[in-house]
Amino acid sequence: MQRIGVFVCWCGSNIAGTVDVVAVSEALKNEPGVVFSTNYQYMCSQAGQNIIIDAIKEHNLTGIVVCSCSPRMHEATFRKTAAAAGLNPYMVEIANIREQCSWVHKEMPIGTEKAIILGKAAIAKVNLNAPLVPGESPVTKRALVIGGGIAGIQTALDIAEAGYEVDIVEKKPTIGGKMAQIDKTFPTLDCAACILTPKMVDVAQNEKIKIYSYSEVTEVNGFVGNYTVKINKKARYVKEDVCTGCGLCTEKCPMKKVPNEFNLGMDNRRAIYIPFAQAVPKVATIDANYCTMLKTGKCGVCSKVCTAGAIDYTQKDEVIEQKYGAIVVATGFNPISMDKFDEFAYNQSKDVITSLEFERLTNAAGPTAGKLLRPSDGKHPHTIVFVQCVGSRCSSCAEKGKEYCSKICCMYTAKHAMLTRDKYPDTDVYVFYIDVRTPGKAFDEFYRRAVEEYGVHYIKGMVGKVSPEGDKLMVRASDLLANKQLNIEADLVVLAAAIEPDKSARPLATMLTASMDTNDFFTEAHPKLRPVESPTAGVFLSGTCQGPKDIPETVSQASAAAAKVIGLLSKDKLTGNPCVAQSDELMCNGCSSCERVCPYGAISYVDKEFRMPNRTTVVRRVASVNEAVCQGCGCCTVACPSGAMDLKGFANKQIMAEVDAICK
Amino acid sequence: MQVEEYKPLIVAFCCNWCSYAGADLAGNNRLAYPADVKIIRVPCSCRVNPMFILRAFQRGADGVILCGCHPGDCHYTSGNYFTRRRMALLFSMLDYLGIEKERTRVEWVSAAEGAKFAATMNDFAQTVAKLGKNKRLEDLRCRK
Repeated sequence: MQRIGVFVCWCGSNIAGTVDVVAVSEALKNEPGVVFSTNYQYMCSQAGQNIIIDAIKEHNLTGIVVCSCSPRMHEATFRKTAAAAGLNPYMVEIANIREQCSWVHKEMPIGTEKAIILGKAAIAKVNLNAPLVPGESPVTKRALVIGGGIAGIQTALDIAEAGYEVDIVEKKPTIGGKMAQIDKTFPTLDCAACILTPKMVDVAQNEKIKIYSYSEVTEVNGFVGNYTVKINKKARYVKEDVCTGCGLCTEKCPMKKVPNEFNLGMDNRRAIYIPFAQAVPKVATIDANYCTMLKTGKCGVCSKVCTAGAIDYTQKDEVIEQKYGAIVVATGFNPISMDKFDEFAYNQSKDVITSLEFERLTNAAGPTAGKLLRPSDGKHPHTIVFVQCVGSRCSSCAEKGKEYCSKICCMYTAKHAMLTRDKYPDTDVYVFYIDVRTPGKAFDEFYRRAVEEYGVHYIKGMVGKVSPEGDKLMVRASDLLANKQLNIEADLVVLAAAIEPDKSARPLATMLTASMDTNDFFTEAHPKLRPVESPTAGVFLSGTCQGPKDIPETVSQASAAAAKVIGLLSKDKLTGNPCVAQSDELMCNGCSSCERVCPYGAISYVDKEFRMPNRTTVVRRVASVNEAVCQGCGCCTVACPSGAMDLKGFANKQIMAEVDAICK
Repeated sequence: MQVEEYKPLIVAFCCNWCSYAGADLAGNNRLAYPADVKIIRVPCSCRVNPMFILRAFQRGADGVILCGCHPGDCHYTSGNYFTRRRMALLFSMLDYLGIEKERTRVEWVSAAEGAKFAATMNDFAQTVAKLGKNKRLEDLRCRK
């Protein structure tokens, strides 16, 4: 028989407000096995934990039940408390009477009654708990960063700085991500390339960092500390170690009409290309969709001009298998497609562009060498209309936009408007907004400068329609403050398109078994206290894959993720989860049902000798669980027809006892 | 005369990674649902043995709901696929035994879907309340 202590937490008024905590601790006193029951304002505080420790020692407790917040919050805390008092940490059960009781039920009698039942269920379970000892597994001291934008770059640099090996997997031919496409950064107006490219060079030169560019992760197996990842290195038909990046091939290639994705299709590149001058690795890539040689076997110009002999038309995709201890997701974002926003005539006029396209138009390395010219006729625009929240904060149009605020648009639009007025004071600049959101260091000052010093016309209201008329764009909008309709004849319309997670994130989340929210942003382990970890141990989040962020926030999160990875990799051994499957060899009939359903291949069959009552021995085939591999899902326990397979910590009897307690 | 609505007893099995976290999120956001719903935490929805469900009905539960990660998002890769198939079989068998299909349900609730969790529980509790007391499998020896 267990000697159980019950500890009911008030959580200030969070629990005590709707649950009579004194009544709960009194009611649980007479449950089977309970020898001690008390309540306290904050069980998780030092004083509260001391109450538990003292009670364990004084009453010789063999198990404890804490009626408090969710086990996802403080189970680990109370397990440590129990261990500090010499009790096995797995003799602790939590009754969740906050998130699943006091916070969702408003009336005291109802809340109290439910809290008592939840307490009884936890007591029934702990009565059947057994001390568990976790196994240990080694840690592969190498990290994988998926995505080579500023988030991935910063994370990799910080991990390498601590002395660990890091691999970056980037699907594009170069690292750099979105920041490489941006011209200036708000609110300091630093040149983006000037602060990004030195970091890219650092990555290339760091001997701890290996870049797999033009590569994608295709398979992830294993668990925290012990991942095995398959990386598909796509054929770029250029030998990376031989190519010098001279760029001669990209000038001589006769296939000139390939839309240049780096400039968002606003100009053309060749079939063999280097995305931009500062690319890392600075290696040419042949676009197999356009290369005449690869398609028809007739051309070979690049091979002829290449003095290094780097071109290899026979190159094949290569699959690399590598072991990692930790994985950082830094897959970033993309602006949403404007196809569904017919009202802004994006697909009808070349002079309706997105903000990212505007960045390229104003970038010295862009299609117009930094001159602000209309994409349609190359003329200088005199009236520019910026439209904010295109697809953001779109609760009524969720089928084409996003419900959330994309966060960065207010600031970059202010930047665009300011820079335009600075360079071309003869230009009229209008910004249509719902709200201007500027919460950030020196952000509001920046926005006010755009309005007050640079004379940008900020108009509260939405643009209803943009229609091309001749070589002009007629913008029909409402001015909500003046309460009137406006018709503006614009030369250029810039849409602040909402941002969304990169499309590669969803299949990756499935591979990593990391959870996502409804918008396909990765979910963090705790929204406030564990913002850079995913709920899956060993998987960390960096940058906009977790939610919209500007560059400073991305960099801070990237460094935070790196710190978490370094913490993990600095350990030689990880304690595993002791709640793993266990087979009763005497009951096992060797049917293999469990082996077939196990997703980890943790179950194997061994021949085992059993001594019979008549002193003979028989050899039988029985299931054996590899505890280091088992993750404790419990699928095998249900598949087992003889009931030999059980899960430690969530045993059949324990869950049955909980059901009984609830249904009593 | 106003008839007081029947208060059903509902057992909800929630997987630790998605649905239990979804239930916590419903709590964080103070999204109310009936106190008739009592949650049992399991590592994965595939841990739920049909025996647990039979036991619950035997002991007087009026409805049993299983919540797990969305298909494709299972923390253990494939557990919820087993749940889906096992429960399809079990629930049709229970229906045959007289436990109406409305008393049993499998629902996918992610860790980010606090609102869906609360809405699901409200809806399920209402549905079960309308059916009233479950007497089919109840073991009279277990009656209070």
